[in-house]
Amino acid sequence: MKQRSSMKIWFDSGKPWVWLNAGAVSISLVMVVGLIGLIAVRGLSHFWPADIVELTYVEPGEEKVMLVGERVDHETVPAARLALSGVHLPEGQETANRTLLKIGNRDFFGLDFRWINDPWIADTQKPAGLMSIERREWGNFYGYLVNVKQQGEVVAEGEQAWDEFQTRLARSNALFSKIKEIEKSEIGKINHGLEELRIDERRLELNEVEKGSAPYLEIEEERQQLNARYAKIRVELDELYSGLNRDQITVRIADGREADIPMAKIVQAYKPNAMTTLQKLGQYFHNAWEFVSGEPREANTEGGIFPAIFGTVMMVMIMSVLVTPFGVVAAVYLKEYARQGAVVRLIRIAVNNLAGVPSIVYGVFGLGFFVYFIGGSVDELFFQAKLPSPTFGSPGLLWASLTLAILTVPVVIVATEEGLSRIPRAIREGSLALGATKAETLWRTVLPMAAPAMMTGLILAVARAAGEVAPLMMVGVVKLAPSLAIDNIAPYLHLDRQFMHLGFHIYDVGFQSPNVEAARPLVYATAFLLVLIIVVLNLAAIGIRNRLRETYKASES
Amino acid sequence: MEAVKEQKNVSRGIDIESMQRGPRVTLDNETLCLQVKDFNLFYGDKQALHNINMQIPKNRVTAFIGPSGCGKSTLLRCFNRMNDLIESVRMEGQLLLDDMEINSPSVNVADLRRQVGMVFQKPNPFPKSIYENVAYGLRLQGVNDRSTLDKVVEKSLKGAALWDEVKDRLHESAMGMSGGQQQRLVIARAIAIEPEVLLLDEPASALDPLSTLKIEELIYELKEKYTIVIVTHNMQQAARVSDYTAFMYMGELIEFGATDELFTNPSKKQTEDYITGRYG
Repeated sequence: MKQRSSMKIWFDSGKPWVWLNAGAVSISLVMVVGLIGLIAVRGLSHFWPADIVELTYVEPGEEKVMLVGERVDHETVPAARLALSGVHLPEGQETANRTLLKIGNRDFFGLDFRWINDPWIADTQKPAGLMSIERREWGNFYGYLVNVKQQGEVVAEGEQAWDEFQTRLARSNALFSKIKEIEKSEIGKINHGLEELRIDERRLELNEVEKGSAPYLEIEEERQQLNARYAKIRVELDELYSGLNRDQITVRIADGREADIPMAKIVQAYKPNAMTTLQKLGQYFHNAWEFVSGEPREANTEGGIFPAIFGTVMMVMIMSVLVTPFGVVAAVYLKEYARQGAVVRLIRIAVNNLAGVPSIVYGVFGLGFFVYFIGGSVDELFFQAKLPSPTFGSPGLLWASLTLAILTVPVVIVATEEGLSRIPRAIREGSLALGATKAETLWRTVLPMAAPAMMTGLILAVARAAGEVAPLMMVGVVKLAPSLAIDNIAPYLHLDRQFMHLGFHIYDVGFQSPNVEAARPLVYATAFLLVLIIVVLNLAAIGIRNRLRETYKASES
Repeated sequence: MEAVKEQKNVSRGIDIESMQRGPRVTLDNETLCLQVKDFNLFYGDKQALHNINMQIPKNRVTAFIGPSGCGKSTLLRCFNRMNDLIESVRMEGQLLLDDMEINSPSVNVADLRRQVGMVFQKPNPFPKSIYENVAYGLRLQGVNDRSTLDKVVEKSLKGAALWDEVKDRLHESAMGMSGGQQQRLVIARAIAIEPEVLLLDEPASALDPLSTLKIEELIYELKEKYTIVIVTHNMQQAARVSDYTAFMYMGELIEFGATDELFTNPSKKQTEDYITGRYG
């Protein structure tokens, strides 16, 4: 009896509820930290220049082989599973350890990764001379440097080879980026100019201008000029290319075979086994920076993800620019001007329900309405000369941003209405009593004071939009966009272009990649980056909101 | 129709004719500013003001007293048409500012409110700087010239007895001021556009005694330039600051007279009961 009453006292004291609430908060925290921790650890460790091991590997009944590579993963597997892959353990042994080795050298082995069984490893070495070479094609190469060649002639061997290699690699990389720059800007401009001329010509045809008349001749002349410029640049490029292709290195892999690698195909090379921790740290940040700032290679499994970051941020920003005014204007009308009644209530319910529509539905709507209907009409009206190839009539950045704006506008409307209804009546009356009209009161006092609420709406909208993938696949996101939405060709901002997106990139690398093992860390790294970008965008918006709040802190009423 | 009204008034025990002509209201030497004639106001079906007749003299302080819900704030808010904001309001009768019909459709409400300024019960400064609060009304009129604004802001703040306290922090937020300062700021804001009439709706009820005293002193100074109508719960305050007092009860004007006489020698039983604290 006494026991029960003390239990009851404890229950009535409210402590169980405190514990319950605290527990819920703790679980949420643990989940968030765990999630971010997992993707951070898995993603960020990818850039660490791991040691390269040289293993002497003896499979029962086989010749011993030398294997070189990075240890990627390690696991314990039951005997039964090993038996399925033809590996039989001695009687009585239930499990065995095995290691996933990234052996690289796809040109020799065909595969980048290989599982090896720990019991059969006879010897493990970490020779200082082992190099890891990151190539533009065929993935990584692991092996020893034999010599450096210039047009087939050996210029350095043995001790000097490494330094010579690094010097010449720096030169070839400089040439490479110069070539890329020229191809992108100069040739890009010429191509764009030629395309414009073609469209001008088509326009003349559509206007039924007589062939061979003055405008045609002008176009022809300009075309000649562009072609001449192209020829000039081509010569320059050819020169650069022959400079780029001048050097090669000879490398030896673990089993003694040798091969030549053209210098032009190498991104970077380092000897992780010979590096100090500090050097490795430097290499780590270099790799991470390459990932963030570089362009993808090898079907997105190598290189960087800069276009995806750029596309994500661009899309979110354009969406914000579109959704904020639209949502705010709608909310102001609903709250301030519309006669509060059944119709407004119905509209409000509809707006709230819009927020619950699955996002893929918006994708379908965006494709049907924006891309095909509006985009198609825009093309008919303004870009007729370009038809049948579409300009705005195909998925692109603008339509993706608009689709997401429609998707997120309910959030902004609801938040803004909430903010408007929190402005004290006294403030409105104060303004009206000074001879302000309703519109002046709204514009000068009420809207600035509701600005923090609008920002809250925008924050929620950004958080939702940045993470959305499904609708984007229909209205503008692609696996690999040939060019960014901003470049040096007028009008500089190309809203009709397709773009890359981090969320879609994760899906693409994770599920559509030909090289699963190589892609996995990239999935984590990209996911981590996406989360990071959303956090940064949100923090920026929260910062602005807090400043606004400070400015427009109304009297407590 | 007139007869019906007359009868109704008599039946309620109020003889307006005698009240206005009677010896205690001697407005003969005064210029009239606001006039209320046969004024009725309804919220939907509910009548809130019953047949009010009143004349408010220029450059004097007129106080409306009466218990909560007696309609004194409602009447006050009719003078600058603040009741327009409430959808279900319906009005009958005449309201005159000088000779202008306040409720006439041809009156521009914004212009009217520039002539009839208002200060509310709770200080309601805008979340802007002190300077911008005072300049608000002028900016609405399109005055953006810096030197003009500077002059008006200084003059208004001096007029509201606030200049010395805030002259060094004009560009700080008005939200950081004390309640009393905020209320004087709101008065400064109202007089910056030089209205003819200043309506004060319980301006000191949310303030501490010291701030209240300052507001009262201010009202005393302001009446030289403005016609002031003040609603108050506080009878001592009405007695201290006002020249004329109207006592209202249940939406009716019970008695209107010079403050000294109304408080010392009320002609109606209800007035006497109220000012001696027997109800309300």
